[in-house]
Amino acid sequence: MGSIIRFDRVSVRFGEIVAIELFDQDVAPGEFVSLVGPSGCGKSTVLRLASGLLDPSAGVIRRGTGNIGYVFQDATLMPWRTVRRNVELLGELDGLTKSERNLRATEVLELVGLTDFAEHYPLSLSGGMKMRASLARSLLLEPELFLFDEPFGALDQITRTRLNEELMGLYVAKRFASIFVTHSVDEAAYVASRVLVMSARPGKVVADLSVPFEYPRDPSIRYEPEFAHIAGAIAEALREAS
Amino acid sequence: MITDVREEVGVVEFGQKRGRVSETIRIIIPPVIVFLIVIGLWYLITYTLLASDRRWLLPPPHMVVVEGFFVSKTLGEILNGLWQSTKVALMGLMLAFVVGFSMALVMGQKKWIERSLYPWAVASQTVPILALVPMIGFWFGFGITSRVIVCFIIALFPIVINSLTGLLSAERGLHELFTLHSAGRWTRTFKLQIPGALPGIFTGLRTAAGLSVIGAIVGDFFFGRGTPGLGLLLERYASRLQSEELLATVFVACLLGLVVFWGFGLLGRRMVGEWDPSWAEEGHR
Repeated sequence: MGSIIRFDRVSVRFGEIVAIELFDQDVAPGEFVSLVGPSGCGKSTVLRLASGLLDPSAGVIRRGTGNIGYVFQDATLMPWRTVRRNVELLGELDGLTKSERNLRATEVLELVGLTDFAEHYPLSLSGGMKMRASLARSLLLEPELFLFDEPFGALDQITRTRLNEELMGLYVAKRFASIFVTHSVDEAAYVASRVLVMSARPGKVVADLSVPFEYPRDPSIRYEPEFAHIAGAIAEALREAS
Repeated sequence: MITDVREEVGVVEFGQKRGRVSETIRIIIPPVIVFLIVIGLWYLITYTLLASDRRWLLPPPHMVVVEGFFVSKTLGEILNGLWQSTKVALMGLMLAFVVGFSMALVMGQKKWIERSLYPWAVASQTVPILALVPMIGFWFGFGITSRVIVCFIIALFPIVINSLTGLLSAERGLHELFTLHSAGRWTRTFKLQIPGALPGIFTGLRTAAGLSVIGAIVGDFFFGRGTPGLGLLLERYASRLQSEELLATVFVACLLGLVVFWGFGLLGRRMVGEWDPSWAEEGHR
């Protein structure tokens, strides 16, 4: 099986600054990879590269799919559209028929538990619900590769933990490949089967740790000794990287 | 576990029905009291400070009402003036909207266009309209066209600036989504920029509408040919020392300004109040 995305000795320079150096990584179809690192290490830059929003200064990026979902740190919903119409947006841009969009929107809204809020405007939603709507929007086109840019970073801890679990549910159901950028060691280890730790300036991968828990993962794995051991190793690598 | 409950409910209620009546009373009573105090002071000044031969300087309120609104000839003049001024103000506003919004649309496309036009939009605001009066007269005559032009010039700026700010307000993330799905310029403009600009556009319209009414009345003072509006009536009553009719006209002019401001406020709330926090019923002002 080929990779869904492959970074072949990719470097990014902004003038004098080397943002990413020799990033050499493979993500397999259905693989969930977390990316952690200190602020400004170029985690988000990796996502921009993966999506094609940014071209590398050197090296090559090979994509096994053109169907990529991007979830930002903020929900970035259109305030003038209801939740349903927000969710339908990408279908509109990609030219799906109205009935097809409608059908899919109903489905993904059900999936994230927003059916009852389909006709609400974002103004009246809580932070967690906005993020769910944002997830639903990305799910509409059933992407094969998901790029998450600290999607739950702005939420409180309780909501964040719950959304992690919901995301795992979606992952088990859909098995999309993911690159998940986060600041949280715990979150990185809980969602991913592989955690990449990056160092700053130049941004490069300094540790590549696997998380050998089977999916679907029970929330209680966070309290198992092996999980603590892995989280410890990630935290240690992070400390060395910063 | 408050966070938990809110997360579960998920909805923050806007526009609560409870206590609406008492709320209305609380909003209406204070300004009414101020109004009554002002009327009282007015009578006080008219009947105690002014000798009877100088009372025309500030005729009592009831005389203003009687002379202004119960004499059919005067009422006819004032209503006709009101209609003319409203017409001029709305035409100027419409023109300012079409030109101003188009300018903002063009400016919102490219940074260099914005940089080229922005200073001129600002200049249109700072130019002393009185200095332009002779030229406007030469070019457009001394009738209704010139009155409309005056309204246009002073209403243009708020529309351009508010529309432009709105057009540029779309989140970067949304722009990136449009880029990732290879949306063209038109799609971006109509699905992202214009809807996002609506709150700003209505704010601009409301401000511009108020200014346009002022323009319509000021314009009368310089361009009085044809059927004049409230401004010319003011001038006429002032020159004849008809202070009752003069004050009645002043009130009608004030009322026109208020109604226009309120009307466009209502329009804005109707159009975007449902989703925009600054126009929402409760959050308004």
